[in-house]
Amino acid sequence: MNTVQNFEIFAPKLIEKRELFSPGHRACQGCGEVLALRLILKALGEDIVVSNATGCMEIISTAYPQTAWNVPYIHVAFENAAAVGSGVEAGLKALRRKGKIADRYVKSVAIAGDGGTVDIGFQALSGAMERGHDMIFFCLDNEAYMNTGIQRSSATPFMAATTTSPAGKAIKGQRTGKKNVPEIMVAHSIPYVATACPSYPIDLMNKVEKAKKIKGPAYIHVFSVCPTGWRGASNETIKLGRMVVETGIFPLYEVENGKYRLTMETPEPRRPVGDYLKLQGRFRHLDPGDIVKVQALVDKEYRKLMHKVETSVAWS
Amino acid sequence: MKQKKWPEAWQEVTPGCIVFEPGNASTYKTGSWRAQRPIWDNKKCIKCGICYIFCPEACVSETGEGFFAANLDYCKGCGICAHECWPQAIVMVEEEV
Repeated sequence: MNTVQNFEIFAPKLIEKRELFSPGHRACQGCGEVLALRLILKALGEDIVVSNATGCMEIISTAYPQTAWNVPYIHVAFENAAAVGSGVEAGLKALRRKGKIADRYVKSVAIAGDGGTVDIGFQALSGAMERGHDMIFFCLDNEAYMNTGIQRSSATPFMAATTTSPAGKAIKGQRTGKKNVPEIMVAHSIPYVATACPSYPIDLMNKVEKAKKIKGPAYIHVFSVCPTGWRGASNETIKLGRMVVETGIFPLYEVENGKYRLTMETPEPRRPVGDYLKLQGRFRHLDPGDIVKVQALVDKEYRKLMHKVETSVAWS
Repeated sequence: MKQKKWPEAWQEVTPGCIVFEPGNASTYKTGSWRAQRPIWDNKKCIKCGICYIFCPEACVSETGEGFFAANLDYCKGCGICAHECWPQAIVMVEEEV
């Protein structure tokens, strides 16, 4: 089953109608992360087991005794979403071999926020990817620890103000750039790595479907806008996600067996990063000189990626 | 007997806090969070479904004639549908008390 019957036409109406993430969850107004989750579940279908690390998506969906999930779901601690996901995969394999469950293919899916992926859950993720479990890992990246009140993580971009990296006279917010986790996942030599954004829903769902078909570990980094933590307007969620791709801050690409491919063409010349930064309160303290610095950093990262897109070859 | 909404004593809590009814968060109506409500103008609507695909609450659905409408029990009034609608068929109006 394809999510979209006809790939050539961009027709949002034709996507899977069933909702596996029920309404009534407690996400903030205009949450981009829960939108990403909804689209991911639509693309994955029912035959999955989700292990979800602590984070926004766990807090808002599973307020006991209620759950917003229509699929099997395990809530695990912050650090071990990938470890539990790999255990689920091994367990399903064993049960199937012993004939205790029906012989059908069920995918193990691990979902974590950016804190649960790039900081706290990183060693578990690295281990699961290295062992080569047949699972998909989703990082829903909203660039800080939003559920505990906007603390910085290593996915927070350069010069963003958070409560633990406040902007002042001496230091202007976050002092380091964003950790490039998709790149680290490519270094694990796994078959499929992709970056996605819910502002490009068909692209996101196609990547999820591709990851589901692959027998082996897959990693998808989903950029999800957080209007609450970024001090933006709730109705501009989709616009911010589109701008982050157009400016080249977060290009959408996929890496299949080491071959890089841009899935969404970035317009040339790229949009200046200032357009994106000025819509968000967390970048309010930047002066024109700082924007030049951010632009230089973005240009550098984009050049690095484009070099890989042009020169990389598949290893199999 | 009326079904209980939540356990009233610790003995009633399920082991491991397992919830046996999938998707029962839909019994919790988030519509009361809303400050603005979306209104569809079906004359301008081109039935593209952008509002449906971009709704984080999954509350926009297709009606019989192919137009779209929000389930106001759940709509939190974020305004994404009105902002993204190409022909600007959706407007946000203040919620009246």
